[in-house]
Amino acid sequence: MNIQAVSRHTGGSVPEVGQPHTRNETACHDLSIRVRDLSLWYGDSQALKGLDIDLFQKNITALIGPSGCGKSTFLRCLNRMNDLIPGVRIEGLVEMDGRDVNQVKMDEVALRRRVGMVFQKPNPFPKSIYENIAYAPRMHDLVSRKPEQDELVEKALRDAGLWEEVKDKLHQPGTSLSGGQQQRLCIARAIAVQPDVILMDEPTSALDPISTATIEDLMDRLKKQFTIITVTHNMQQAARVADYTAFFHLGEIIEYNDTNTMFANPATRKAEDYITGRYG
Amino acid sequence: MSQTFDEISAQLRRRHRRSARLKWVSMGALGLAGLFLLWFFSDMLGKGLPAFQQAQIQVEIDYNEDAARMGRAALDRDLSRLVSRTFERMIPVQMRENPELLGSKETRWVLADSEVDQYLKGHRHKLNDAQRALVDELEAEGRVELRFNTTFFTTGDSKMPEASGILSAAVGTIMTMLVTLAIAFPIGVMTAVYLEEFAPDNRFTQAIEININNLAAIPSILFGLLGLAIFINFFGVPRSSPLVGGMTLALMTLPVIIIATRTALRSVPDAIRHAAFGVGCSRWQVVRDHVLPLAMPGIMTGSIIGLAQAMGETAPLIIVGMVAFIPDVSASLTEAATVLPAQVFTWAGEPEKAFVEKTAGGILVLLAILIFLNATAVILRKKFERRW
Repeated sequence: MNIQAVSRHTGGSVPEVGQPHTRNETACHDLSIRVRDLSLWYGDSQALKGLDIDLFQKNITALIGPSGCGKSTFLRCLNRMNDLIPGVRIEGLVEMDGRDVNQVKMDEVALRRRVGMVFQKPNPFPKSIYENIAYAPRMHDLVSRKPEQDELVEKALRDAGLWEEVKDKLHQPGTSLSGGQQQRLCIARAIAVQPDVILMDEPTSALDPISTATIEDLMDRLKKQFTIITVTHNMQQAARVADYTAFFHLGEIIEYNDTNTMFANPATRKAEDYITGRYG
Repeated sequence: MSQTFDEISAQLRRRHRRSARLKWVSMGALGLAGLFLLWFFSDMLGKGLPAFQQAQIQVEIDYNEDAARMGRAALDRDLSRLVSRTFERMIPVQMRENPELLGSKETRWVLADSEVDQYLKGHRHKLNDAQRALVDELEAEGRVELRFNTTFFTTGDSKMPEASGILSAAVGTIMTMLVTLAIAFPIGVMTAVYLEEFAPDNRFTQAIEININNLAAIPSILFGLLGLAIFINFFGVPRSSPLVGGMTLALMTLPVIIIATRTALRSVPDAIRHAAFGVGCSRWQVVRDHVLPLAMPGIMTGSIIGLAQAMGETAPLIIVGMVAFIPDVSASLTEAATVLPAQVFTWAGEPEKAFVEKTAGGILVLLAILIFLNATAVILRKKFERRW
């Protein structure tokens, strides 16, 4: 495996900025997002301290670490959701498809079309199930006619494994579904605009174990089409679903490796302590 | 050693007594407020309800030549004292418009003089003994009676109590409120949207916020002075018109709408905004497609309450000249008009006793409209109340 596990501790070998890469549909380890020396401040307190990480296409990368370690903050850097928080300052490079996403001329709307997001608490729009899915593609002019739109809604719901459960009540409010179904609806909403990357911020932390298992299965299927980056507090979940795992601690990436290596043979003491449950 | 239950109870007794006393005092306050309200309503109803009835009298009208000059000549001399002068004045006019009436006779129910009306209702009156006897006689014959007062709802103000009504004031109120709504609603909502969803949180916007909140507490008469100084004297908007009245009241309603809208916007959970941003909405799309629809019930409720407040406002309208004698319904926004509370104010200053019930009647109509508006606001809120 040609994994490029880069961390502040192990890596001085930072590849050149703007390194070309192919968008090969079948390859497993093409670069999706390249992060170099990314720092973030909330006012005066620094939340991210010079992160370097390569995120790979069509894989699941799990971000783990104790609370307040910056993993969610990092996740939100990838689709610039931090822009919404006043007083945030970002430095460093987040590169996707050869473009620096933090540049002023990069439209955050365009970025968020390619980098979708699923939140910790299911947050369907208070509209019908159908509208929840159809709204964004219609807004982005991905569909023009009604039949096209119907087709897209069905496809997104099928991909999210929700179609069979909701096909007879597409016009009921999305909020009438159970928590797990709502979260899958949110996933369907995210994939309906055909993004490259889906960010998931503790997608199952508000769900029961059965719904969690369903979502994990779903993530496993979705990684054939999408790059998934997920934050999780659940070690077992990271071990089960993720191809790569990054361990965050106090705003730094301590260790980044493929999940099996990380869990079987952590290179750092901190990661080992965290994984084995000594703190967290 | 720890205390026994009895010892603790003895200490607690005083505390319990104190809380019981507090409870009784608060209940007493509530009861007193309720009594005042009851008193106010029964007084208003007792004084105002008779205004919805008016004495009518059956007379024989003789369209003779004298009547074409002076309407009173058409009626029996004794009866003519008991008939409303408004009606008598209309006879020559009618005869001029319909010349074929000349020489004909007709028996009709017509509006009685307000003194007859007051006498029949048992109020103070100025009828002399002979007139009283005549009215008693007519009443026994069934030729004088109290009937539903359609005049009250179909005419404007008049110097004759029996012929005065609230129509012109009601139309004035509607036009004024339309102007107020057309100005205050869009400006208020957009201001709130900007402050809540777009503006950065800095000293400048905080100062604006404080000022808006203070604006809501400014004595309304100052808004009237502002309206007079700016709208009438500077921009030359016609005085006494629904346009200037509506603009002045819009100034007053703006802070109410802004505050209500901001509260409504703030109650929309951020999760909805994040969801919308997450699928690639621009800020304006987030507001238009997701936040505003959810906030709309709150915005509507706030606006209706602001409007109801503006509707009961008199002081600023006095300053811009909307307290005027307006017998005819004004046809445009720039003609002189009056509004319901101003009409009540005008009537309250009339010397005739018969205007007392008109005043109370006007208040009842105003109250009914305000209760209706507030009920609408409550129903809207209940109906669209959402849980996330």
